[in-house]
This record gives sequence, C-alpha cells and structure tokens, in this order.
Amino acid sequence: MSQRRVVVTGLGATTPLGGDVDSTWKAVLAGQSGVRLLTDDWREMLPVHFAARVATEPSEQMERVEMRRLDRSEQFALIASREAWKDAGSPDELDKERLGVVIASGIGGVITLMDQFNILNEKGARSVSPHTVPMLMPNGPAANVGLELQAKAGVHTPVSACASGAEAIGYAFEMIKNNRADIVVSGGVEAACHQLPMAAFAAMKALSTRNDDPARASRPYDRDRDGFVLGEGGGILVLEEYEHAKARGAKIYCEISGQGLTSDGYHIAAPDPEGSGVQRAIKFALQNAGMTAKDIFHLNAHATSTPAGDVAEANALRKALGADADHVAVSATKSMTGHLLGGAGAIESVFLVKALQDRLAPPTINIENLDPAVTVDVVRDTPRALPAGDIAALNDSFGFGGHNVVLVFNSL
Amino acid sequence: MALAQADVLAGLKEIVEEVAGIPAASIELDKNFTEDLEVDSLSMVEVVVACEERFGVKIPDEKVTELVTVGDAVNFIVNASN
Repeated sequence: MSQRRVVVTGLGATTPLGGDVDSTWKAVLAGQSGVRLLTDDWREMLPVHFAARVATEPSEQMERVEMRRLDRSEQFALIASREAWKDAGSPDELDKERLGVVIASGIGGVITLMDQFNILNEKGARSVSPHTVPMLMPNGPAANVGLELQAKAGVHTPVSACASGAEAIGYAFEMIKNNRADIVVSGGVEAACHQLPMAAFAAMKALSTRNDDPARASRPYDRDRDGFVLGEGGGILVLEEYEHAKARGAKIYCEISGQGLTSDGYHIAAPDPEGSGVQRAIKFALQNAGMTAKDIFHLNAHATSTPAGDVAEANALRKALGADADHVAVSATKSMTGHLLGGAGAIESVFLVKALQDRLAPPTINIENLDPAVTVDVVRDTPRALPAGDIAALNDSFGFGGHNVVLVFNSL
Repeated sequence: MALAQADVLAGLKEIVEEVAGIPAASIELDKNFTEDLEVDSLSMVEVVVACEERFGVKIPDEKVTELVTVGDAVNFIVNASN
C-alpha cells in the first residue's frame, strides 16, 4: 500500500473570541483579548477574579433539552464539531466504519461533578442526575460527537493535561496513516471556569493575579508575566486521507504531515529548564514529516504566560531549530484566548491552519517589554505576512506530567 | 386527600416537557413513555424523581418498570397520594 497522506478538510471552534472559526480568527488577527472579569459571586473567594469564557454561550447554539444532558465541555465539542463537519461538506455518505472521532479534554466534566456533589449533599442520593456519569467522563465529548456522527472506526480520548488537544489530533493523524479510518473528527475542549479548578491552579501559583487589568493579564514573553489565564472552549479539525478528500472534491486547507511525542521524566508540573524533551519532540516531528527546520516558517507556541514555561520553551525552540529559528514567526495566541487546557492544542492547530491559508502569522498581544531571555522571533501586536510557496508550520503543546506534543502542518 | 387526576396529568406534562422536551400538548394518558414519547431509561429516572418531589409520593424502583404509559403513572401517583 502506498503511503497515506492526511489533510485538513474542516474546521470548527467556539472560543473566548467567537462562537465559530471565522469570528474567532477575525478577532485573533485584530489582536483582541477574550479575557474578562468573572461575574460569578464566587470570584471573591479566589485570588484570581478573571477568566476567558466563551464569547457565545452554548444556549445560543443548542436546544435546551439537549443541553441539560451534556456537560459544558460536551456542549462545546458538539457545537465545534457540527461547524467542522459542515465545513468539510457534511460527508455523510461515508462508510461509518471508516469514520473516527478523537476529542480530548484535560479535566473532563468537572462542573457536572461539582454540581452533582452539591445536589448529593443538599438533596440526597436519589436526586443525583442519572446523566451524571455520561456527563462527567472525560471521553464524554468524544463519545457524544461519535454518537451523533455514527462513527464506528473508533472513538478515543487521549488525556495529557494541556497537551491533550494536540495529542488527539496526532492520534487522529495516526488512525488515518495506519488505514484505520478515512476521516477522523479530532480536537480538544475544556470547560473548567469553576471555582474549584481555579482555586487549585491558583494554589500552584500558576494563574495570573492581575485583577486590575484582566485583558492584559495573559502576556506570554513579557518581562512581567505572572501566570496563565484560564480559558474555555474548544477547536475541532476534520482530518481526511488525501486521495479520499480529492475523490469527493473536498475543500483542502493543508496537510498534516508529522507529529513528535516525548515525555520529560523531570517533574510533575514544572518544565524541564533544559527543554530536552521539547527539542526531541520537534526533531521527531520533523523526521516524521520528512522535513527539516529549513521548511518551517511559523510556529504557534504553547507559551502560557508563566514565568518559567515561556523561557524554557523558547530556549528549546532555539536549540531545536538552530539558525533556522530566524525565519520562524512565533505566535503566542494564548495572549488573546487564555489557556484552554485540553482545548489549547486544538484551537491553536485551527489557528495554524488558518495562518497557512491566509499566509498570516497571528499576533502576540500584551508584550510591553520583551523578556530578554526570549531568543526566538515573536510576532507582536499585529499579524505578520508569511512567505508564498511551499511552507510548513509547527504547533507545540505541553502538559503537566511532562508531556510534549509537536504537530507539523504544511501548505499544499 | 387524593390528588385529582387532571392535576397530576398537568404536572406530569410539565415534567416530561422539561426533562425530555416533548411538547405538553402531545402528552396524553394513552401515550407510551418509551415508544411514543421517546423518554429513555435515564430520562425516566429523572421523571420519577421529579414526580416524587412535586406530588409528595414515593415511587419505588420496582414499580417504575410497571409505569408503561402516562396513564399508568398518573393512576399510580393518584393512588399513592391517598
């Protein structure tokens, strides 16, 4: 069998910047922030009073009865998947045994878990919703999308904290490469803007506490960054075998040509300051794609705005790409979306696909003073044009636990 | 004092509409929960718990399988309220 190639034929998203891909991408290119003060009463008991909630509430995009059986993360997954499936031309005639779904979440249905725990304590066991388990299980978003699309090649949920979304796309890529499926709906979602996860991240000193200026709190690579901003939402990509996509006349955005996966073996939450795991992941991803650093012109960085993480990543990028890092436009879109945890690698992959399509690297906002320790070429404030011709781009994602995932996309 | 059948039916219609999204107008005594109204087993648990709260009756788990139609449920609740 000849080598199977994988292309992107559909995109979907619901994010702090918009209820779909077009509105989100437009806001990204305009350098807007999706971070706002929380309106919930519980914010007062936390050291952090802001987050990046989705711009469009699921209730505006979904029927009430459907919503009440779904965790918020599952609502995001269905909303973004419906957009992506439609964008891919709704290929419903496909043999469902050749259709897969791989959608990740970093935490799962934590809001459902906490709500039902409160109901148990207040009203007793009989009042706990019978929908609780399908709502809180981390594979719930993937399972609901798989059910709706009748996917029968396999429905999967890799979990690797903030690398989960990227790992899901990599898993989907492998499913098509290995001839398990012809189309896989892939991505990641997260719905954890709730007092418990926020208190927990705050306890790790991982969150920014810039309460007086939320829109400028997420500031990757800035000298005075003080932590990440929690975001919610998700991104979905329809991946498809190249010949299959051509045969049905599908719109093809770009190719996904490689992935690199490594683990640090260093610390449960802190990044390895040497970044050797990240460097190896980049090396493996390029090898897997049959490329070198010379082919790479854009990178959507993990860059969450934490003091340690951003510099460790930038150093690793510089070491892995060498002198070729000089022609790589690095964008940190979490400056606008906040950190979607298990949705991050997915929405950032959506941005990468749009960047290749429009030949525009999105901006990184909120850098007032570039940290002098950052030795990569960061796109600041406004989008930057990417070269015409054949180019490739990287998306890197890392998760607590020491997970490193690098994806390679290229123009066709 | 027993609840009136008409009151129980009206309340049950509201509950089924809330839980399963079935328009109250299409819920009648002879409708089968699973076949006519597409109330699945998980949603039926929600309907039962909501009925217990609303009508102040107990509906034991072993009785739930006997509530095949809306009329079965209404009659059970009316009798249990006696």
